[in-house]
Amino acid sequence: MAGKVERDEITGVETTGHEWDGIRELNNPLPKWWVFVFYATIAFSVLWWILYPAWPSLSGYTRGILGYDQRTELAEIMARVEAERRPWLERIRGEDLAAIVADTDLLTFATRGGEVVFKDNCAPCHGLGGAGQLNYPTLADDDWLWGGTLEDIYTTVAHGIRFHEDEETRDSTMPAFGADGILEPAQVDDVVQYVLSLSGRATDEAAARRGGEIFQEQCAACHGEDGRGMREVGAPDLADDIWLYGGEPEQIRAQIWKPRHGVMPAWAGRLPEESLKMVAIYVHQLGGGE
Amino acid sequence: MAVAAASSAGVTGERIAYNEDVVRLFTVATIFWGVVGFLVGTFIAFQLAYPWLNLPYEWGTFGRLRPVHTSAVIFAFGGNALLATSLYVVQRTCRAPLFGGPALAYFLFWGYQIFIVLAATGYVMGITQSREYAEPEWYVDLWLTIVWVVYFIVFFGTILRRREPHIYVANWFYLAFIITIAILHIFNNLAVPVSWFGTKSYSLFAGVQDALLQWWYGHNAVGFFLTAGFLGMMYYFVPKQAQRPVYSYRLSIVHFWALIFLYIWAGPHHLHWTALPVWAQILGMTFSVMLWMPSWGGMINGLMTLSGAWDKLRWDPVLRFLVVSVAFYGMSTFEGPLMSVRQVNALSHYTDWTVGHVHSGALGWVAFVSFGALYYLVPRLWKAERLYSIRLVEWHFWIASLGIVLYITSMWVSGIMQGLMWRTYDSLGFLQFSFVETVEAMHPFYVIRALGGVLFTAGALIMVYNLWRTMRREVRAEELLPSQAGALRVAAAG
Repeated sequence: MAGKVERDEITGVETTGHEWDGIRELNNPLPKWWVFVFYATIAFSVLWWILYPAWPSLSGYTRGILGYDQRTELAEIMARVEAERRPWLERIRGEDLAAIVADTDLLTFATRGGEVVFKDNCAPCHGLGGAGQLNYPTLADDDWLWGGTLEDIYTTVAHGIRFHEDEETRDSTMPAFGADGILEPAQVDDVVQYVLSLSGRATDEAAARRGGEIFQEQCAACHGEDGRGMREVGAPDLADDIWLYGGEPEQIRAQIWKPRHGVMPAWAGRLPEESLKMVAIYVHQLGGGE
Repeated sequence: MAVAAASSAGVTGERIAYNEDVVRLFTVATIFWGVVGFLVGTFIAFQLAYPWLNLPYEWGTFGRLRPVHTSAVIFAFGGNALLATSLYVVQRTCRAPLFGGPALAYFLFWGYQIFIVLAATGYVMGITQSREYAEPEWYVDLWLTIVWVVYFIVFFGTILRRREPHIYVANWFYLAFIITIAILHIFNNLAVPVSWFGTKSYSLFAGVQDALLQWWYGHNAVGFFLTAGFLGMMYYFVPKQAQRPVYSYRLSIVHFWALIFLYIWAGPHHLHWTALPVWAQILGMTFSVMLWMPSWGGMINGLMTLSGAWDKLRWDPVLRFLVVSVAFYGMSTFEGPLMSVRQVNALSHYTDWTVGHVHSGALGWVAFVSFGALYYLVPRLWKAERLYSIRLVEWHFWIASLGIVLYITSMWVSGIMQGLMWRTYDSLGFLQFSFVETVEAMHPFYVIRALGGVLFTAGALIMVYNLWRTMRREVRAEELLPSQAGALRVAAAG
């Protein structure tokens, strides 16, 4: 219904004279501040097109007077960061672990660098700060499966555990005493009671005594006569009440029946030499380094 | 305005047989899919806070359910809301019944619902193109193309047969939405199926060209589906509910054409600091910055339409939904250009800030303007005296608003914290935080966000109850303010 221009009673502004389903439109001008800011954003854009690469052409694009390029910018930043780190990393690569630890500045750098390596690569299994979780050993305590000296930790990190792509990997296999029929089920139950008794938790003294005899025959070769473990073969200490695969009777039974054999990848080849050293130093100082 | 199926021609006295059946169907579909989308969204928000909620089947994991949520809220809830309102608005503002008659209209309704079901069932079975907001595979894309062409024919045919000399501004926006979505949909889904009877296809494009095309689509799905379409909704329901003329005709023309022209260039800002050539990034950024005022033109026209009627916000919660939606629209269309600046994007990209930004637009703007439209439409379409309960609309408004505040503030804090943690170096030149530490730090904010989702969904369920009773033409005995009692009656509100 075009044509009839009216005035809105409330604001006194003219309408456009159109009406749709009862809706009319006022003939207000564009708000001045709106027009101004719109022009300002256009001016900003034109300025940016002059300063930076912006418009494509058939043969390339406008380069902008600042000569900006994001790949060059990235390369420059990376080069600067690498130049700062290079002297440190070269020293860590060249010196042995004992010498690194003896130099306070180098130790500080290596510990911090090792922390970054650890969080990105190790924490998903071993937890932040080496807190560990079921099936993945705690690295912040002094209970070591394969040794807790700097060299031991370095070897474990570099070559892994049961990681057979690496010829120097740490390896050991515990027999499946139940599944392979080496022991009768009742004998396995007795050994469980004996192992529990080592940390004072046995519930059946007679069974624990019987189990002790079997233990000396079958288990002591690796775990030791006193059950305190043997690092040469990665055999855990069974008397300290710290458990890799769980310390409940049924968890211990499962481990004797058909053992789990955890695998840790070898990091040599994946991480540069200086990262292996730094992460070994970081783990060493988490609490239990020897 | 009377609510009979034929109406509006007060001057000439003629009666036009508007098709309201299909609008009613789309209205019910809007409500249904809205609740589905909100529930899935809340569930996956809890999955992010508590990963054990990822069900032990692949279809119950976050990865499969996330596109169900996004498609349900954008295309099922938002899409049905746009279809319902556009078909209602175009008939009344053109004074013409739907072109193509009931047959095309029903095909459009069922065709669109089939699209939604095909898409969603594909997602949970792992059938996906892995293109964000364009996940459906080729067979669903072909079907949607047919449905969308029918939509265009129905809508544009109605405009061609209008009995008004001019086309109302709401219809410009709806038309821009329909045409542009068709173009975006076709080009972004150009793909070669592996076999005739298999679901898998491969994009016609590769590498950075493919990424650029995807974000040309992705950003304009925001621009033309969630902005232009819903501005069409705003331009009808705000002046109707406020019973005031649109603030400025000139502003509506200028901001319409500026918005349409500028939006289509802005996609590259989704690919800052990537393999996309830097000239394309700068171009996309500058067009995004220039988009600020054209976007705000819609906000100004929406808010200033209330001049002379601001007092109504005190007692009309339906109008409050509409006006607050426009305010959220203004906030997110300021935040968007800000985040498109490369230096800001370096902090915000890939963080929860983006998620918060999207939801201030999706919950605050898209959902709130749709709620306002639903509260306007249902009593009129079902010929009720008024809404079943005004008090329940108040409850819905405040509960949903609180939910939005929890959602977007938690995501702002979480996102900026996340971005800062990623870029913090120590004095030795090492990154201070690892990725897993940022995830740990975000946990409390994920819980707050999920609670925001619970509140927003609870508000929507209150609306469902209220609208269901309204459809049964029931009126709750409740004390209203003197101004509410008369003005909120449908007949009086016109």
